[in-house]
Amino acid sequence: MAAKPKLWYFPGRGRMESIRWLLAAAGVEFEEEFLETREQYEKLQKAQTTDGRLLFGQVPLVEIDGMMLTQTRAILSYLAAKYNLYGKDLKETLRINMYADGTQDLMVMIMTAAFKPPEEKEENIALIVTKAKTRYFPVFEKILKDHGEDFLVGNKFSWADVQLLEAILMVEELNASVLSDFPLLKAFKARISNIPTIKKFLQPGSQRKPPPDSRYVDVVRHVLQF
Amino acid sequence: TVSAFQFEEQFLASPEDLEKLRNEDGSLMFQQVPMVEIDGMKLAQTRAILNYIAAKYNLYGKDIKERALIDMYSEGMADLNEMIMHLPLCPPHEKDAKMTQIREKTTNRYFPAFEKVLKSHGQHYLVGNRLSRADIHLVELIYYIEEIDPSLMANFLLLKALKTRISNLPPVKKFLQPGSQRKPPVDAKALEEARKIVN
Repeated sequence: MAAKPKLWYFPGRGRMESIRWLLAAAGVEFEEEFLETREQYEKLQKAQTTDGRLLFGQVPLVEIDGMMLTQTRAILSYLAAKYNLYGKDLKETLRINMYADGTQDLMVMIMTAAFKPPEEKEENIALIVTKAKTRYFPVFEKILKDHGEDFLVGNKFSWADVQLLEAILMVEELNASVLSDFPLLKAFKARISNIPTIKKFLQPGSQRKPPPDSRYVDVVRHVLQF
Repeated sequence: TVSAFQFEEQFLASPEDLEKLRNEDGSLMFQQVPMVEIDGMKLAQTRAILNYIAAKYNLYGKDIKERALIDMYSEGMADLNEMIMHLPLCPPHEKDAKMTQIREKTTNRYFPAFEKVLKSHGQHYLVGNRLSRADIHLVELIYYIEEIDPSLMANFLLLKALKTRISNLPPVKKFLQPGSQRKPPVDAKALEEARKIVN
């Protein structure tokens, strides 16, 4: 039996959260090592010269199938392909990539907002919610409307569905009524949340991480020294 | 063999051009460019477009493990490329700091990593002993770095050899010649025009 994948990251969501979601959705158990001190991080970076752990000196880092993978998108694409969540052909993979890239743009906005000055917080949240409601959510509502199927691509559960649910929940944390004009997304959210592996991940005690707070921001700033 | 693919281009020269495209139903998925029309589809999101082209033209490795390596290398290159892309957008008082960051990241983070990859297997290409998109992206990046400061390449002999090798592939050679669709570095005037369109 293969060893469990191992994740190295700060003790919070950041860029690793989408990877946790995908592993959880695929029903794959994983281990985590949390970087909380500068010393740990430097140790991991120094190992780069001996066994290539951190190719570009950065995390997320995932050890899987004998590889030390970095770069979030590379890791996500690998997992999606490995666990059959990447469509059945090139065109389906393409659509999954387009949707995943779009939702990632939205989630990165939320991720970086946590590191902006507190006085800009309200303005940033308003901007993110506006973007979600005018640029991103209408696209996915229309996709679901046009084909009338349960999943975004190929009438089959894929990575794109996992990403969209993750994004929806993140935006709802900023504004609970953000789905009020998107009935199909509401139904989608309920449906995907009920998939057994996802339902499990959404329960307390899972490896899902809470929204970033000032403590998390402090740890990251301390470790990365910025 | 290396693919030799012909393409047309439509340039956005005014805010009205972008607005027109945005108002066309189904043209710009997230109201953004790049947009590539290929095989009866309108594609958005640079990565998704690149992934599709690479897979379609067999420049994406032979299996998912090779693809993971290609993706990992390509993403690192994209990070450095983005810094270079944003340099002209920097306010004048931030330019020096940005330039220092690019030099530092090139010589301490990215190029050593790729030099090491080539050294570790001694092959002519980054992944799987075969041309892939990673080689193309890297050579593109090397050209940009040389435009900024050729001395940055001093310690990267294997990267220099890769650049020569890839540049000599017939389709690449053709692309590097004057009159091709390759675009010149951004100048201040072009930047001002682009700002007007996006704002």
